[in-house]
Amino acid sequence: MVVRPFWRYSLRTVALAYLAVLLIGPVVFIFIKTFEHGFETAWSYVTTPAAVSAFWLSVLIAAIAVPLNTIFGVGTAIVLIRSKARGRRLLDALIDIPFVVSPVIAGLALVLVYGINGWFGSWFADHGIQIIYAPAGMIIATVFVSLPFCVREVAPVLMEVGTEQEQAATTLGASSWQTFWRVTLPSIRQGVAYGVVLTTARALGEIGAVAVVSSNVLGSTVSLPLLVKYRTTTPGPGGITAAYATGTELAVMSLIVLLAMTLLSPQRKDAR
Amino acid sequence: MRIDAEAIYKRFGDEFVALDDVTLHVPEGSLTALLGPSGSGKSTLLRIMAGLETPDSGVVRIGGRDFTDARPQERGIGFVFQHYAAFTHMSVYDNVAFGLKIRKRPKAEVRAKVDELLELVGLTQWGGQRPHQLSGGQRQRMALARALAIEPRVLLLDEPFGALDANVRGELRRWLRRLHDEQHVTTVLVTHDQEEAMEVADTVAVMNKARIEQVGSPRDVYDRPATDFVMSFLGPISKVDGKLVRPHDVTIFLAEEPGTIEAMVKRVVHLGFEVRVEVEVPDGSRATAQLTRQRTEELELAAGDIVYIRPPSGSGPDTVRVADSAVGQTRTADPQST
Repeated sequence: MVVRPFWRYSLRTVALAYLAVLLIGPVVFIFIKTFEHGFETAWSYVTTPAAVSAFWLSVLIAAIAVPLNTIFGVGTAIVLIRSKARGRRLLDALIDIPFVVSPVIAGLALVLVYGINGWFGSWFADHGIQIIYAPAGMIIATVFVSLPFCVREVAPVLMEVGTEQEQAATTLGASSWQTFWRVTLPSIRQGVAYGVVLTTARALGEIGAVAVVSSNVLGSTVSLPLLVKYRTTTPGPGGITAAYATGTELAVMSLIVLLAMTLLSPQRKDAR
Repeated sequence: MRIDAEAIYKRFGDEFVALDDVTLHVPEGSLTALLGPSGSGKSTLLRIMAGLETPDSGVVRIGGRDFTDARPQERGIGFVFQHYAAFTHMSVYDNVAFGLKIRKRPKAEVRAKVDELLELVGLTQWGGQRPHQLSGGQRQRMALARALAIEPRVLLLDEPFGALDANVRGELRRWLRRLHDEQHVTTVLVTHDQEEAMEVADTVAVMNKARIEQVGSPRDVYDRPATDFVMSFLGPISKVDGKLVRPHDVTIFLAEEPGTIEAMVKRVVHLGFEVRVEVEVPDGSRATAQLTRQRTEELELAAGDIVYIRPPSGSGPDTVRVADSAVGQTRTADPQST
């Protein structure tokens, strides 16, 4: 198809404008707003006791949810792609539930299951463990919503790599465990790295499901996204500008993870 | 070590029978080619020997010991794949060292062995490179070195040269044959290329539709094919007087002789040294004869000429004995002598 220059440039302009308005604009705007009153002011907003507590809660949530979903994700991807077990289709469909169900619904479901009057909630309550309106519930909610990322990133890579390298390792005497660590994992690490980045970004940024199971008490069950929301609705100096600072903090954290994973897994240029 | 596959049956899914009661004996120290078209079951048989597939029934013995249910790790085999199966994230050196490291051999021993093998396959200078920096032929030599590193009892090659250019293929074939003459590891080579099988192997097992049709030396299967299929798969064929013959065995005369059939020359095709003459016999069927250039010039053949053709006597699968499918019984070849 021959596209005339006029249309070609028009299309490009539209595409770039679309990205600028929806993607780049807001991010740049938040960045500018954060440092509007200088770096010192922005820094003071992210170092209040409530903000420090929120930072560590977010780190804790990600530190538990990301490794869990990475291990589960790689394992599930191997089952989906390598095994011939029955029920694979069902598993494949189940994985996507967190993607198709609204996070708020997910949060509500957790309240029903783990709440004081829920199925397991009373058992936990009897043993002195509080899940709903406590960090534990926020972690479970985050694990739930960020579960599919790693599976969905790793599965296609595993498919593309194929089974020949694994078979070669087997004929050379490697056990399944040795084959996994020495051959399979190194060859899918790019997919795993990207899965980790997406899972981390979601774990840090999740607000819907987490809001439902949080007691919204500053300093104990408020994670960074919840703090952003809290601050946007608070009038005065601790309000909207502080929210921008927290937003930038979140963005920087995700960027650091992205950068770290990119550095840890150098691009491979070969196909086979 | 010798390999014995007995009464192997393998089915994929509900429909496709890959191996139907196949028995093959590979004598110790031989280089046996499993030759057949794609889908004939040759790769499946090799993979069953390796333990990469499990037979539905039948027995696999290596060196006389029953390995039917053993995992690939326990078999002590070297396996080479068509597409190299190189460990892409490791250097060439680490690829070759893999089996030795798995066996937790001392570092000095690993180094000595890997250096020796890299030298053997001509990749000494490439040890530090990644597989993707090598050419196809180099990658396959690396894969061979990797398989040989564990000092396998048998070497199994699955279409090892199938992905390479014609030049490299020919070079690697001769190299493999030399290697085999030096190392004497019992080797099974899967190929669909009859020239490759004839050139490299001392024994050829011709497979078709999940069965072995004939086992014998390259000359045996070429000169005394047991079935029409073997005859047609191993070289050009033509039908004269209802009989399958090789075109180069057909003789052309200008005058009638005993046992000749009258035919009209339809086409004379010059193929360098040889000339292909296409003729039509009175019943309308066509046949092909292959002559030397000199002979064609003597006969002064041209389209439209009437000639007399004679098929070779005693040729064709219907006139030869059916070879026993057990190599060890029909032929006790000494592979070192070839």
